[in-house]
Amino acid sequence: MTAMNQVLAVPLTPPRLPWVQRAVAWSRSQLFPSVGHSLLTLSVIALLCWCVPAALNWLVFDATFVGDSAKDCNPAGACWLPITQRWNLFVYGFYPQAEQWRVTVSLVLAGSAFVLLFFKRLDRRLLLAYLALLPIVMWWLLKGGAGLPEVSSTKFAGMLVTVFLGTAGMIFALPLGILLALGRRSKLPVIRMLCVLYIELVRSVPVISLLFMASLMIQLFLPPDSAFDILLRVQLVLILFTAAYMAETLRGGLQNLPKGQYEAAMALGFGYWKTMGQIILPQVLKQSIAPLLTQFIGLFKETTLVMIVGVLDIVGIAMSTAVAPEWVEYGHEIYIFLAIYFFVICFALSRYARHLEQRMEQSRS
Amino acid sequence: MIIKPKADADLMVRIEQLNKWFGNAHVLKNISLNVKAGEKVVICGPSGSGKSTLIRCINQLEQHQQGVVEVLGEELNGNLKGLERIRRQVGMCFQHFNLFPHLTVLKNCTLPQTSNLGVPEAEAIERALGLLDKVKMRDHANKFPSQLSGGQQQRIAIARALCMQPKVMLFDEPTSALDPEMIAEVLEVMTSLAQEGMTMICVTHEMGFARKVADRIVFMDQGEIVEEAPPERFFSAPESPRTQRFLSQIINHGVHAQ
Ligand SMILES: Nc1ncnc2c1ncn2[C@@H]1O[C@H](COP(=O)(O)OP(=O)(O)OP(=O)(O)O)[C@@H](O)[C@H]1O
Ligand SMILES: [Mg+2]
Repeated sequence: MTAMNQVLAVPLTPPRLPWVQRAVAWSRSQLFPSVGHSLLTLSVIALLCWCVPAALNWLVFDATFVGDSAKDCNPAGACWLPITQRWNLFVYGFYPQAEQWRVTVSLVLAGSAFVLLFFKRLDRRLLLAYLALLPIVMWWLLKGGAGLPEVSSTKFAGMLVTVFLGTAGMIFALPLGILLALGRRSKLPVIRMLCVLYIELVRSVPVISLLFMASLMIQLFLPPDSAFDILLRVQLVLILFTAAYMAETLRGGLQNLPKGQYEAAMALGFGYWKTMGQIILPQVLKQSIAPLLTQFIGLFKETTLVMIVGVLDIVGIAMSTAVAPEWVEYGHEIYIFLAIYFFVICFALSRYARHLEQRMEQSRS
Repeated sequence: MIIKPKADADLMVRIEQLNKWFGNAHVLKNISLNVKAGEKVVICGPSGSGKSTLIRCINQLEQHQQGVVEVLGEELNGNLKGLERIRRQVGMCFQHFNLFPHLTVLKNCTLPQTSNLGVPEAEAIERALGLLDKVKMRDHANKFPSQLSGGQQQRIAIARALCMQPKVMLFDEPTSALDPEMIAEVLEVMTSLAQEGMTMICVTHEMGFARKVADRIVFMDQGEIVEEAPPERFFSAPESPRTQRFLSQIINHGVHAQ
C-alpha cells in the first residue's frame, strides 16, 4: 500500500521499486501466477535441483580428462579419454602427420570467415572475395597439388570433412539458390521450366538417395578414366540439394516484395541484373535471413549423412571409436561429445542470424 | 523525300492511335497525345479510366499492343537496350513513392546516378544534396525512408527522379496517398519545377494545381480522351457532358479545388 502511495505522489518519473520488490513482483507474475503454474514451477525447480548437480558432477567434476588408457578412468564420472586420446583422429582423420598443418590452416581460415562476418566496417567486396576464394583455397590445402604434396581423399575424415563440407556447401548453395529463384520467376519460359523442374525434382527426393546416386551413378555418366573425387561428389549433392530449398525460400521473398520496387527501379533505368543485385535481392535477403540460416544449419547437420556413402566425417570417427575394443564401454561420452560439437556450431550460427536481424532492425528504426 | 514538319522537332512525347488491352479489357482506345518541350499536361478522369495505364506506357512500365509511342524522337517497342536509355531520361513519381527502403535518402538519390549514368560518386552526392536542398530535405539525407512522413518521402522521390536529369517528368497521382496537410508541400515542389520549364505530364485530381500550372488538361473516361483543352476553357466551358459531370462531382466533393 505504501509503495502505491509513493508512486502516486511522484507521477512524473516512472515508478521504480527496490529490487527485492521487483523480484517478488516478477516471480509473482512469471512463476506463480496461479496454483497450476506454481505447481509446475516448483516441480521444474525440483527437477533441476536433482539433475543439474548430478549431471555437472558426472560431466565435469568427477570426469577424467587426462590419462593413458581406460584403466585411468574414474568409474563415478564421465571418461573423456576416448576423445582426448584420439583427438588427432577426430580433427585430422587419417591425414598424414607431416601435412597436418594444412588442415589446421584451412580450419582456421574457415573459422575466421565466421569472425569476419561480424565486422560491420569491413569492405563488402573484400569479404565476398574472401568467401569466394575460401572453398577453393581450402580444397587446395587439403587435397594438395600446385606445389603441395597430394593427399588422397580416402585419408580425409573427422572434423575436417564436416567443416569443409559445411563451409563450402554454404558458400556455393546461396548463390546457386539465388540464381534458381530468379530463374523460376524469369520471363523466359525455357529457363523458368528448367528451374521449376530442377527445384521440384530435388525437393521430392530424399537427400540420402541423392547421395547414393552421387556415389554410385555419377560414375556411369562420366568417362571411365575420370576420377571425380567422392568428397566433391557428395559436396555437389549437398550444394544442389540445399540450393533447391533456398530457392523456394527466396522465391517467397521475391513475391512478397511490393511491385512498386521493381517499377521504381525500372523507371530509373536499372537493367535486370542491376535491379536484382542492387534493389531487390538486398531487401529479399534481409527478410530471409532467419529461414536461410535455418537451412545452413540443416546443411551442416546433413553433412553427417555422407557417412552412408563411405565418407568418414566426425560422426564416422566417433562410431568407429565407440566400437573400438578399448573404448567400447564409453559410447555415452562419445555421443555426448558429438552432441556438444554440433550444438556449439549450430548455436553459433543461429546466434549469428539473430545478430544480423538485430542489426537490420537498428538500421531501420 | 518527306521532311517531317518542324513542330515535331521539339516533341518530347508523341502518342498516336495507341491501343492497349489487359486480357480482353480494352483499357486504352485510340489515344493520341503530343507533348512539346516545356509543356505541362494534366490528365484527369474518373477511377479506372486508364490514366495510369497511359502514363505508364510512356516509359513502358506497360507494353502497348497497337499504335506508336515515341519519346524524345525514339519509338518505344520491344527493343530493350534502347528502352533503358530512354527510361533514364524520363523521370517518374508514383502514388506510393516507392523509395528503396534499404537505402538512406542520400543513397536513394545517388545509386541510380552512379549505377545507371556512370556519374562518379562525389559528383552524384553533390548533385543529390543540391536537389534534396531544393525539395527542402537536405537535413534528412542520412535517414531511411521509413523514418519520414509521406509528404517528405514524395519530395525525396521527386528529387531522386530529378537526379537523373530527365527531360520529361511523369507523375501518377503523386498526392493522392497523402494526408491533406502534406499535399501542399509536394504541390509546391511540383509548381516550382514547372516554373523552371520542366516538361511534365501529371495524372492528378488537384484542380487548383492544374489551373495554375497546366498548359493543357486532358480528360479521360473509359479509356478514351474525351476532352483536351487549356485550363480556362476546361473549367469554364467544358464541351462534353461527361467532363461536366466529372467536374461537378469533383467540385461538389470539394477535392482541393482551391
Ligand atoms: N495489371 C492489370 N491487369 C489487368 N487490368 C488492369 C491492370 N491494371 C489496370 N487494369 C485495368 O485497366 C483499367 C484502367 O486502369 P488504370 O489504373 O489505368 O486507371 P486509372 O485511371 O489510373 O484509375 P485510378 O484513378 O483508380 O488510378 C481499369 O479498368 C483497371 O481495372
Ligand atoms: Mg491510377
